[in-house]
Amino acid sequence: MTESYSDVFKEEAREKLLELEDALLELEANPEDAEQIGCVFRVMHTIKGSGAMFGFDDIAAFTHEIETVYDKVRDGIIPVSNELIDLTLKAKDQIKFMLDKSPKGEDPQKPILEKTISAFKKLASGDGTTTTPPILNPSSMWASPPTIQKLPSDSDVTYRIRLKPATDIFMTGTNPLLLLDELRSLGECKIIAQTDAIPSLEDINPESCYTCWDIILTTDKGINVIKDVFIFVEDECDIRIDVIDAGISTEPEEDYKKLGAILTERGDITEQNLNKALNEKKYIGEILVEKGLVTHDKVESALMEQKHVRKIKEKAQAKEEGISSIRVPVEKLDVLVNLVGELVTVQARLTQTASRLCNAEFASIAEEVERLTAELRDNTLNIRMLPIGTTFGRFKRLVRDLSQELGKEIDLMTDGAETELDKTVIEKLNDPLVHLIRNSIDHGIESPDVRIASGKPRAGTIKLSALHSGAHVIIEIKDDGKGLDRDAILAKAVDKGLAPPGVELTDKEVFGFIFQPGFSTAKEVTNVSGRGVGMDVVKRGIEALRGSIEIQSEKDKGTTVTVKLPLTLAIVEGLLVEMGDDHFVIPLYLVEECVELTREDILNAHGRDIAYIRGEMVPYVRLRKEFDINGNAPSIEQIVVTGINGDRVGFVVDKVIGEYQTVIKNLGGLYKDVEGISGATVLGDGTVALIVDAPQLIKNLEVAQMS
Amino acid sequence: MAKRILTADDSASVRQMVSFTIKNAGYEVVEAVDGKDALSKLNGNPVHMVITDLNMPNLDGIGLVKSIRANPAYKFIPIILLTTESQESKKIEGKAAGATGWIVKPFKPEQLIAVIKKVLG
Repeated sequence: MTESYSDVFKEEAREKLLELEDALLELEANPEDAEQIGCVFRVMHTIKGSGAMFGFDDIAAFTHEIETVYDKVRDGIIPVSNELIDLTLKAKDQIKFMLDKSPKGEDPQKPILEKTISAFKKLASGDGTTTTPPILNPSSMWASPPTIQKLPSDSDVTYRIRLKPATDIFMTGTNPLLLLDELRSLGECKIIAQTDAIPSLEDINPESCYTCWDIILTTDKGINVIKDVFIFVEDECDIRIDVIDAGISTEPEEDYKKLGAILTERGDITEQNLNKALNEKKYIGEILVEKGLVTHDKVESALMEQKHVRKIKEKAQAKEEGISSIRVPVEKLDVLVNLVGELVTVQARLTQTASRLCNAEFASIAEEVERLTAELRDNTLNIRMLPIGTTFGRFKRLVRDLSQELGKEIDLMTDGAETELDKTVIEKLNDPLVHLIRNSIDHGIESPDVRIASGKPRAGTIKLSALHSGAHVIIEIKDDGKGLDRDAILAKAVDKGLAPPGVELTDKEVFGFIFQPGFSTAKEVTNVSGRGVGMDVVKRGIEALRGSIEIQSEKDKGTTVTVKLPLTLAIVEGLLVEMGDDHFVIPLYLVEECVELTREDILNAHGRDIAYIRGEMVPYVRLRKEFDINGNAPSIEQIVVTGINGDRVGFVVDKVIGEYQTVIKNLGGLYKDVEGISGATVLGDGTVALIVDAPQLIKNLEVAQMS
Repeated sequence: MAKRILTADDSASVRQMVSFTIKNAGYEVVEAVDGKDALSKLNGNPVHMVITDLNMPNLDGIGLVKSIRANPAYKFIPIILLTTESQESKKIEGKAAGATGWIVKPFKPEQLIAVIKKVLG
């Protein structure tokens, strides 16, 4: 990389030197020409700046001297003389010489160089004022001065930082929030904004910054790193950094400072006022705020500091005692998750009752319970989360063994092993993933000689990656093998009567056939796969986890299988709908939009169950008909448009009630074969709502239409 | 969408190095050969940050900063000055004109990226 840059630099420098020569000759004829002086200065400046960047330190150091002189010439301190021009011309030749020789080579002209430098130095200081010799330190901004002692790296130090930006800080394009983010990246950090300086709305200038921040940061990086964060803003901000807990000396039994002590130390309150307040028996913070001695924000901030340091100390203590995790039987967690599920249901009832009773006090309690329940739910589910990496590890062995058996060379790459998924999902995911990887190894990756013949690297690659996407995890299995044979699949599909002959199908539709039961194009059955029991099982397995699967493939380039899974099985975000007197839940992750279906729309469709939504045809299913619900539909119905395996299909319901978070209950043994319903849930008022298994319903209809 | 950075420098080698570094870090780059060129290339186009040299023909770095800040569309975008160590006074002048920060030449690619991350996020 540096090589090509240095060529560009050399070429550029040579051009600049020609320019310099012209300017110098002009200048000789007309010594007062400011434009030419500026030109000489710029040439020197450019050569110096780029020279140092591309490793021509000698040139940089040399031109620095000339630049210094011409800076003074520009300011009128040194006059343009014949001597100066003479010297500069000589210097120009010298630079040219330095450019042409190899940067590391011996320099026979070193004495000349030094003579020229000293001549320039003499000129520079010739104006009477002394110039300090410049130090060419490429990292002056970065390296920390050696005078400041480095604290031992294993000790965390807690700092209190008060950042008060100038009100016009935005004018320099500075975003103070980025500074806070940078501080956060240094260690454990608590930030409280002090908003008492914000004026009332009519006096606010939206281009001014009124907020200042109190930051408590625990880091092992040292104070210089913290100061570096503020390097661009130190002149226009009021920054105070204090060490409040050095982490080493303090006794573990000793409690951190009292709130009053913190406030006095910060200079927010005088000791006198504090003592007066202390005589009343109340929370010190409350009293101080009541008396108007400090603002609420200030007390908040000090309390946060207290809490933060206590926590850090507790942590340090816990570390010493070696307690970082405990083992709990899975059953206990399952019970906990179930209980939380019940709680979520009860909470929904509470919220519903509260909104019916119109009692403000009750409503606020219900809201509080709702918030706590949500937090409890997230935390509980989080306990059951495991990184998917454990499963990935097992596949390495699988790939190694299988590829040896088949005489192929395959590298398995994994990405996102730290992605977390519910334990139950991970367990049920193993079989489908094994199958998909087997497919890639057996059908996807070619044998080494075939690969080399088609210009690919000898070893094939299978890439297994997992990533979070909203409430889902996306797992991708990507190989660089031969890809799916579109024509063979299509021929087989026609052969099996799955597709009418001579119809144009999209790639997606064609690849979709391999998910049909008993579908295999493999000419011979191998040990590994090819018996045609396969992708349909994989698909069912994934769908049982409320996930979806999709295949993309390009001939000779490879195949990518994408599996999308919900983070957890226990709780589903659903859309609550109503038909007649019954309620149903459609999983929200399937829903794309809701639109109205009027009688007129139905008439215009001439008996077909198709709606036109923004010019696009969307087929729909009447759930009333599917579920045999008696009574008449309202004059305006609703279509819930879902996206299933990339197709848009609508479900017609009477009324959409809204989003609803539900705990899934199994239907029990008697009903386990019912198709179109995947479970049930208890609503706020105690009634039961069934969860619509939309993908299964659509599949059933497709099958019905085919026959 | 990738954030777009305009870099103005009259030295082709520095420009090349800067834009190579920024592109590698996943930003889009617009190059300008001097301050005047930079202004014409800004001209209402979406640019999220400017990195400019100080000494350039036609319009120098300080002049460029002032002109950019005068345009309401770019009033708050971060601007970084490329300076040399001998220009301490220019740093102050640059700040006064509205520059966000500076980076001292010569610098390494990772230093440039660190500064961009610092002011652009």
